[in-house]
Amino acid sequence: MYRIVLEPRPAPLPFMRIGAPVIALVLTIVFSSFLFLALGLNPLTTLRIFFIDPLSTLNGVSEWLLKASPLILIGLGITIGIRANVWNIGAEGMFTMGAILAGWLAITFGGGNHAWLLPAMIVAGALGGMAWAAIPAFLKVKTNANEILVTLMLNYVAALILSYLVNGPMQDPEGMNYPQTAPFDPSALFPPLFEGMRINASILITAVAVVLAWLLLDRSFPGFQMSVGGAAPAAARYAGFKQSRSIWIGLLVSGATAGLAGMMEAAGPLGQLTPVLSPGYGFTAIIVAFVGRLTPLGVVFGGLLLSLLYLGGEAVQMTLSVPASATRTFQGMLLFFLLAADVLILYRVRIRRRG
Amino acid sequence: MTEPAYRLELRGITKRYPGIVANDDIALAVRPGEIHAVLGENGAGKSTLMKIIYGAVEADAGEILWNGAPVTIGNPAAARRLGIGMVYQHFSLFESVSVVENIAVATAGKFDLPSLSARVTELSERYGLPVDPNRLLHHLSVGERQRVEIIRCLLQDPKLLILDEPTSVLTPQAVRRLFEVLRKLAAEGCSILYISHKLDEIRELCDSATILRGGRVSGTANPKQTSAAELARLMVGAALPDIHRDPVPLAPQARLEAICLSAKSDDPFGTDLDCVSLAVHGGEIFGIAGVSGNGQAELLSLLSGERSAEADMVQLDGRPVGDLPVAKRRMRGLAFVPEERLGRGAVPAMSLADNALLTAHAAGMVRHGLIDRQKVIGFAGAVIEKFGVKCTGPASTARSLSGGNLQKFIIGREISLGPHVLIVWQPTWGVDVAASAFIRQALIDLSRQGAAVLVISEELEELFQICDRIAVIYQGRLSPGKPRAATNVEEIGLLMAGVGPAFRPAA
Repeated sequence: MYRIVLEPRPAPLPFMRIGAPVIALVLTIVFSSFLFLALGLNPLTTLRIFFIDPLSTLNGVSEWLLKASPLILIGLGITIGIRANVWNIGAEGMFTMGAILAGWLAITFGGGNHAWLLPAMIVAGALGGMAWAAIPAFLKVKTNANEILVTLMLNYVAALILSYLVNGPMQDPEGMNYPQTAPFDPSALFPPLFEGMRINASILITAVAVVLAWLLLDRSFPGFQMSVGGAAPAAARYAGFKQSRSIWIGLLVSGATAGLAGMMEAAGPLGQLTPVLSPGYGFTAIIVAFVGRLTPLGVVFGGLLLSLLYLGGEAVQMTLSVPASATRTFQGMLLFFLLAADVLILYRVRIRRRG
Repeated sequence: MTEPAYRLELRGITKRYPGIVANDDIALAVRPGEIHAVLGENGAGKSTLMKIIYGAVEADAGEILWNGAPVTIGNPAAARRLGIGMVYQHFSLFESVSVVENIAVATAGKFDLPSLSARVTELSERYGLPVDPNRLLHHLSVGERQRVEIIRCLLQDPKLLILDEPTSVLTPQAVRRLFEVLRKLAAEGCSILYISHKLDEIRELCDSATILRGGRVSGTANPKQTSAAELARLMVGAALPDIHRDPVPLAPQARLEAICLSAKSDDPFGTDLDCVSLAVHGGEIFGIAGVSGNGQAELLSLLSGERSAEADMVQLDGRPVGDLPVAKRRMRGLAFVPEERLGRGAVPAMSLADNALLTAHAAGMVRHGLIDRQKVIGFAGAVIEKFGVKCTGPASTARSLSGGNLQKFIIGREISLGPHVLIVWQPTWGVDVAASAFIRQALIDLSRQGAAVLVISEELEELFQICDRIAVIYQGRLSPGKPRAATNVEEIGLLMAGVGPAFRPAA
């Protein structure tokens, strides 16, 4: 009789940090080929449509980055939270609140062609998300309320507030009673980076955020204090680091990034507020954070990958008329192998004979 | 069938881990009713060997004979069925449930808590291991947890009992009682494997000894007929350094003072402090002895600043600090080494460099909120070099170090900050002899440079070796500090058991 055991490695294997994703990719290609064959598809063609065709045009690349940008931005915030052992499941709600606050500015001051409007909306987006994140932070610090539950439930509250606003006070008076706001004035929109493409200047915000997140987590002392609080609360108390500060930073930063992402979506591709603003970015970003191994650079790759999976999934559905569930199975397979292969970094697999 | 010569016999046991050979061709034989010592420094392979016997780890090669017949011990349950019991040095207990529930989960048979409680109480009284079966485990101190582990094994009526460093948290009197228990068990035919590095205890208790060094057997001996120096040489491979202690005149001003420090414990089963007063002067080491759970945790959290008291109750260099948080007390020259190394004194998953930053950040390592990596790595590297920490460098994670090496790093880190006052809790608990000697010398050297050093320890041998004055904490009260020359182990031991004028209930 044989059994398979995992033995911890004495130190993480550096080679496997690169090797693990490659192994995951190979396994996904092998297993998904069976899936596609079973569906009567040519695996090579399908994989090409999934991974290569979406990026074969400049417009495709623009769409890829447009979707990756909010995922990366929110993923950074969630990563920072998890480092402080704060699990923010409420990015979706913070996204919505950031978009609402920025959208209110856009509608109220949109006619005046003010140069300050877009910068003010950026600030408002971040503040809206932070305000929403302050609720779970306050409850956690003062009453030790579980932030997972509080942030999760606040998602629904935010969605209902948005629904009320676009059906009532903020509804477009000339919008034929559709539940949406008036389109934003051009002074309240991000300028496009390239003519004829949807990718806009907001991606620069994400780029700056990546650098800032790296500085905070890898180079700054407050970031270090936060990580200690997350990894070993007793050590943080011993060293005199304030636990409550870590919780506040963790939630406020993730609120700010989610709120900013909401503002970028409203002042970018959407150009107005509608009852549903996010295709689940707040939740997908949690996956992005873990695929990115909770490091800023990793989150960039994670965001690009998940964005590509979105686009590739849509392309395969449209081109080959495959059911959506098949593309989701494929996406799930990739994520599963990716996370499972991570085990190889810290452990090695041994096959032993059972005595 | 005649009685086999050996209860347990190991032949050629070998266990390799990636990078090291933990056990290399180990032979060991224990007769029925024999108390057999396994001596060795941390990292000598004692723990791996015991885990192999207990079925927690599988050997790569070698043979185990139980009562003369070859056996395979696949897991601890199989070991228990054979009649092997083990008291680990690091306890395997569940934090959130009671003592008796902890015992019940590891005991075969019906889940009958009331009758099990009764048996626990009976055993704990018989062997002098007081423990309340209904208390929740997370309220228990290290010492009390060990009692639970011992009782849990005794309940199973073992034929071979393995004890890993069992006496480190007991009073001298309780050690003697434990030895009586062990001798009685041995007389009843139970074999005992006694893992320790305390040579005096082994020479008093054990019939035979197997000494390990670097994963191999470096010798066997009859400890009663072998000198402590000879045993130490077999264990360490060289003679131990002597501890140097020059007398130094005390500074007139106390650097650390507690003035009638009283506080209710946070913990419902903790110990309230009752007017604890002490004054530690520059140039001396002041020791506090006591069985764990008598208020040490409460006293230390108040002195370190993890809990605050009234300002005047704690004074550093004559200034009130009782109401200041940890960071501010550290800025005034206080340093502290906690009992738990992993998780409190150091962050397990972080590198030694990051663990240097943990408390040494004020030493110019942070500028405008950003970390100066070069400085951090330089500081960590200097600690590693100066204190002889065995590791691959500042990038090694804290958890990859052995207990003794991590303790050298933590104490080295705190000493390198040049503190006015250093508080050390259990400086050498579970640390091997060579590292212990080094740590003790480092504490003496620090005090002789003018710092006030407060050592809280449950090892009397250690306190008598390094302290200038010794006091005893018992049920939240502190006896007056006595000069070492004016007291002895017997007197301190009695105080630890609460016998003495200092602990008479107030009229």
